[in-house]
Amino acid sequence: MAPMDGGGHDLKWVGKRPVRPDGVDKVTGRARFGADYNMAGQLVGRVLRSPHAHAVIKSIDTSAAEKVPGVKAVITRDDIPDQPPEPVTVGEMSVNFSDLIRNVLAREKVLYDGHAVAAVAATSAKAAREALKLIKVDYQPLPHVLDVEEAMRPDAPVLHDNLFTEGADPPADKPSNIAKRIEFTLGDVAVGFEQAEVVLERSYKTEPVHQGYIEPHACVASVTEDGQGELWCSTQGHFVVRAICARMIGMDISALRVTASEIGGGFGGKTVVYLEPLALALSKKAGHPVKMVMTRSEVFRATGPTSGATIRVKIGATKDGRITAGEAEMAYLAGAFPGSPVNPGCMCAFAPYDLENVWVVGYDVVSNRPKVAAYRAPGAPISEYAVESLIDEVADEIGMDPIDFRLKNAAKQGTHAAYGPKFGPIGMIDTLKAIKESEHYNTPLGPNQGRGVGSGFWFNIGGETCVSLNISEDGTATLMAGTPDIGGSRATLSQMAAEELGIDYDKVRPIIGDTSSLGYTFLTGGSRVTFSSGMATVQAAQEVIKELCARAAKIWDIPAEAVTWEDGEARPAGDNAGKFDPLSLEELAASAGKTGGPITGYASINAQGAGPGFGTHLVDVEVDKETGRVTVLRYTVAQDAGKAIHPSYVEGQYQGGAVQGIGWALNEEYIYGDDGLMQNPGFLDYRMPVASDVPMVDTVIVEVPNPNHPYGVRGVGETPIVPPLGAIANAVSHAVGVRMHELPMSPPKVLEAVGGAANGAGD
Amino acid sequence: MSKCHVTATINGDEVEYLCEPEETLLDVLRDQLFLTGSKEGCGSGDCGACSVMLDGRLVCACLVLGAEAQGRKVETIEGMAHGETLHPLQEKFLEHAALQCGVCTPGVLVAAKALLDRNPDPTETEVRYWLAGNLCRCTGYDKIIRAVMDTAAEMRGN
Repeated sequence: MAPMDGGGHDLKWVGKRPVRPDGVDKVTGRARFGADYNMAGQLVGRVLRSPHAHAVIKSIDTSAAEKVPGVKAVITRDDIPDQPPEPVTVGEMSVNFSDLIRNVLAREKVLYDGHAVAAVAATSAKAAREALKLIKVDYQPLPHVLDVEEAMRPDAPVLHDNLFTEGADPPADKPSNIAKRIEFTLGDVAVGFEQAEVVLERSYKTEPVHQGYIEPHACVASVTEDGQGELWCSTQGHFVVRAICARMIGMDISALRVTASEIGGGFGGKTVVYLEPLALALSKKAGHPVKMVMTRSEVFRATGPTSGATIRVKIGATKDGRITAGEAEMAYLAGAFPGSPVNPGCMCAFAPYDLENVWVVGYDVVSNRPKVAAYRAPGAPISEYAVESLIDEVADEIGMDPIDFRLKNAAKQGTHAAYGPKFGPIGMIDTLKAIKESEHYNTPLGPNQGRGVGSGFWFNIGGETCVSLNISEDGTATLMAGTPDIGGSRATLSQMAAEELGIDYDKVRPIIGDTSSLGYTFLTGGSRVTFSSGMATVQAAQEVIKELCARAAKIWDIPAEAVTWEDGEARPAGDNAGKFDPLSLEELAASAGKTGGPITGYASINAQGAGPGFGTHLVDVEVDKETGRVTVLRYTVAQDAGKAIHPSYVEGQYQGGAVQGIGWALNEEYIYGDDGLMQNPGFLDYRMPVASDVPMVDTVIVEVPNPNHPYGVRGVGETPIVPPLGAIANAVSHAVGVRMHELPMSPPKVLEAVGGAANGAGD
Repeated sequence: MSKCHVTATINGDEVEYLCEPEETLLDVLRDQLFLTGSKEGCGSGDCGACSVMLDGRLVCACLVLGAEAQGRKVETIEGMAHGETLHPLQEKFLEHAALQCGVCTPGVLVAAKALLDRNPDPTETEVRYWLAGNLCRCTGYDKIIRAVMDTAAEMRGN
């Protein structure tokens, strides 16, 4: 069995920091990302996008475009068959194909600026551009709505005539923009607020923000005359892409082979399809491969982002610091089609705390914005920002240290979470203590500086996963996983394989297999890869080891049970087994042909028991009261990793999440004009943090092993973006002496808040 | 309009190509010469993923026309390692795990090399401001900055 951390077993590879297997390709420019691949005879595909926020498409005339020399295919809504508006199970996902088809290519209406309307494939970019200009679309503009509160009003422009609020009581009798109402209850908040000595209630607002991956969406597709398809694309989940595209294009799933390119960042935003079905449909129509790459402006206008939201939070506590009740009501922007992450937002809101009385209500609201996509712990940063802000304010109100207040209420093993389960071993308290004991927390601040603490929770998931492990003739191994590697997972999987097999890390060569090379594997998301593909890797290795022992037994002519595998070699299990010289993996591999054929291992599992992730962040900021600029001076992250297989990549997740959170908290937002068109669809005006905006990010890796994983792994990728919003808001509030309730805390808003405070003080 | 005939020195080799007048140097590098190490993240000079050296000056290849490279020297990420030997920056980026997805890495490396060529002993602040034109969404910059500082120290012989 694989040794658990701390089991007194020396780990040779797990927990070390070897160079990643794909590293050299990535520092030399060899690594092939989505746009770096070409097929012979490929055409250039381009998309025509809506110039309106909301309009009826009365007609589309492509005749002139089709006549442009070099144009081989033009597709519109007529080229993708409609499907009924019912959820369809695709692997582990539930997909409403009616909405998906309409998002990929508008049908009755365009619903947001940038909504795809038509696509062309041509022999050159020039011809494709020319053709786009000649497509005549007759639009009838409609009033639009962008803001979540405005979209919920009874008199708001309605996006979908067939959208009736699910979960409404009484049932909705007319369509509205409220797609769904959900509710979670634990205990009785009325009783809880009765017991409270301090009750605070505040409203918060956040803006939609984009995942901001540096690599735009890109793909190359080829559909041949015999109906077989090939698709190369930048995605977090090529099996999911395959399932969705095959259904949309009307192909057998097995007839479509999807290869995941190297992926230049995803953060959840590359779990859905945009270009892929268009490229396939164009290729099918044109009879040539088609390559499509988005511009940055297209990425901003038509992909992602995550929701903006309004959240009302009410917390009651006793003066000695026990929270007696927590209540929250939140409305999340879903974009043009239902499906905001309000559900996880509601579930996570109070999850870091051990509370008796919780009541949470959420609304999923459509508006004339791009359909939201997953973004790192989808929904959680938003609701937890609001809760962490109010927790901080309550701590201030009762005069308690914010960490002590959290410690007094922290979730621990056995805590019954408001959203359902009882937690197993978790590290929430450990992260709080790590921050409290840090040198950072005990260092004094200067003038105009403020310090903030924020905690966060994310579920983490497992799911369907396949891994194959083939032993080569020389005793090296090839490891194939189906989860695209975004942040170093080929290293962590190889470490686990090497540890199990007892061979050198360098002797394991990992690759990401295409959809025809492995069984269905759910996407890279939910912080599941090192957990799930790691678990499958260990199982595949165990299968290999079992086979290796059987081969040695055959050579020694003893029962297979009398052979053990230690330090990369087969040994007789004990004196009774007989005296034989050990057989190394190399020797057994060399003789495999004579002892029964190739040695391989394969695991196809549905990984269960992902360990929840908890983290606590600490941040110091300085506010320039003349300009409203907030400078992040110092930042420390403490998070429970369960077990850090490769600590550098765990630290990298913590640091990257913190800085994405800094952007979300301080600068990033979608800005629209009165015309409903996005005004900042570029990196100059959608301002993500650059190197000079941020300090080093110190990290503390807490390790409370997840008992369900052979090495104790729990996911680490998403939790780090949950605490920063609250932590930074709390720091800014402490720096300027005024509570801010809206993100981003951009200079104009900070200036307004500071000015307000100055006036209030009679300045 | 007819295509432009261009002769340029790319990573030490003389290269000839024909390009449309409106084509960028980045388009030429990627689509004609198959030097796809330089990435297009924005096409507007904001992300730095296409950073290359043009006659010793750090530029965004997406903001230079292919025709402008006539008679000039272009250095890209593909020319950074020598044979089997990686540049010290490349080594340190691997050692420090200074990349996650790696799509910004070529541009960051080209830019960082340009910095160290002119300033072998930069402060952390100098590195941060020099690399402020290279967006990275994965790492939070921490390990990138450390890798550059560590390379500088090593190259100085510390």
